Amino acid sequence: MEVINAKKAADLITNNSSLMIGGFLGVGTPENIISEIIELKREGLVVIGNDTSFVDKGIGRLIAEKLVKKVITSHIGTNPETQKQMISDECEVELTPQGTLAEKIRAAGVGLGGIYTPTGVGTTVEDGKEVREIDGVKYLFESPLSADFALLKAKRADYKGNLEYNLTARNFNPIMALAGKTVIVEVEEIVPIGSIDPNNVHTPSVLVDYIVVGGNK
Amino acid sequence: MDNKIKIAQRVAQELKDGDLVNLGIGLPTLVTNYIPDGVEVTFQSENGMVGMGRSPEEGFENKDLTNAGGMYATANPGAMYFDSAFSFALIRGGHLDITVLGGLQVDEKGHLANWMVPGKKIPGMGGAMDLVTGAKKVIVSMTHTAKGTPKIVKECDLPLTSIRKVDLIVTEMCVIEPTDEGLVLKEIAADYTVDDVKNNTAAHLIIPEDVKMMGE
Repeated sequence: MEVINAKKAADLITNNSSLMIGGFLGVGTPENIISEIIELKREGLVVIGNDTSFVDKGIGRLIAEKLVKKVITSHIGTNPETQKQMISDECEVELTPQGTLAEKIRAAGVGLGGIYTPTGVGTTVEDGKEVREIDGVKYLFESPLSADFALLKAKRADYKGNLEYNLTARNFNPIMALAGKTVIVEVEEIVPIGSIDPNNVHTPSVLVDYIVVGGNK
Repeated sequence: MDNKIKIAQRVAQELKDGDLVNLGIGLPTLVTNYIPDGVEVTFQSENGMVGMGRSPEEGFENKDLTNAGGMYATANPGAMYFDSAFSFALIRGGHLDITVLGGLQVDEKGHLANWMVPGKKIPGMGGAMDLVTGAKKVIVSMTHTAKGTPKIVKECDLPLTSIRKVDLIVTEMCVIEPTDEGLVLKEIAADYTVDDVKNNTAAHLIIPEDVKMMGE
């Protein structure tokens, strides 16, 4: 694990990279890293995240700056820019049920070849997917979903990279920590090893490549 | 009385002591204000908690404690937080007693459509598909029509949220229970007649002899 600044983090990301970005309507999203990606104008990004937040927050800012060519997400309703770019073909939007999105990411992170879920059976989500009946119930096959980078937000890290999330800012962050090839975490503070009670470590340091100390954003 | 309040009051009567409940954004959120005395329920929120409380008073907001609509929330004693995979394990895994969602259309089969209007409004399904698929009881709370256009229809022409039959539809006019035989009118609001309901519904309604007064 290496401690870097937000600019260096953004510098690791090349054009056309795929990014998993933690957060739920911007809560638990690494805003400082996003600001630097915008500053460096990294383009053609594929973004995976729960929602596209708001025009001026989190993932929503990357969309508004037209840096995203495709987004895989469950909800775009709070960001009119996403729908606008979807209709004008500037940004491809793949809508995925929230629980399915979580399990697709988790599957990639835990070494599974996908999952069978009842969610979406008989709806447009089923299109093009295998349907399998198990004990009389229909399930859809959903493939695993990984990314070049996981960009996460935690409350604090220690100098090993152990992470503690805060309240509902946890959301997708811990599962994305398993599914990103390179894991970069923005934290509000970095504390000495041992300062976080082992009971409160939500993501172990072994999954973390870089820590950015980003302040209370 | 405001239609939304009327709907929320009736939905609240469906909550039973000890239920784990997920309320959708908008109208369903109002249900928290009308929970009957003596009934204690626990609220689950998709973004990762069980035990969500009311909105905080000014000055008590925490940027890391929000509801699924992104509004500031509070935690009741005994609350806990978890990640999104666990949140949907509760939802999809059949551990959630009741979900209350809004609706754009519900049809004679009890199928709900509530996540997009093609070419017009595409918010996305968020957690709705998992909630309708996995909750033990699904209640649709919505205004009876969209500015006069019936929302209860023969067959949804909007994309479905799930092919699971919802359990109850509550509007300002009436309470309808989708059954294998069709939509059964269970209760009617005091200020409406059966004909009012029929005239504002584009689906066949089964009307038993003992239609009750709504909320009684």
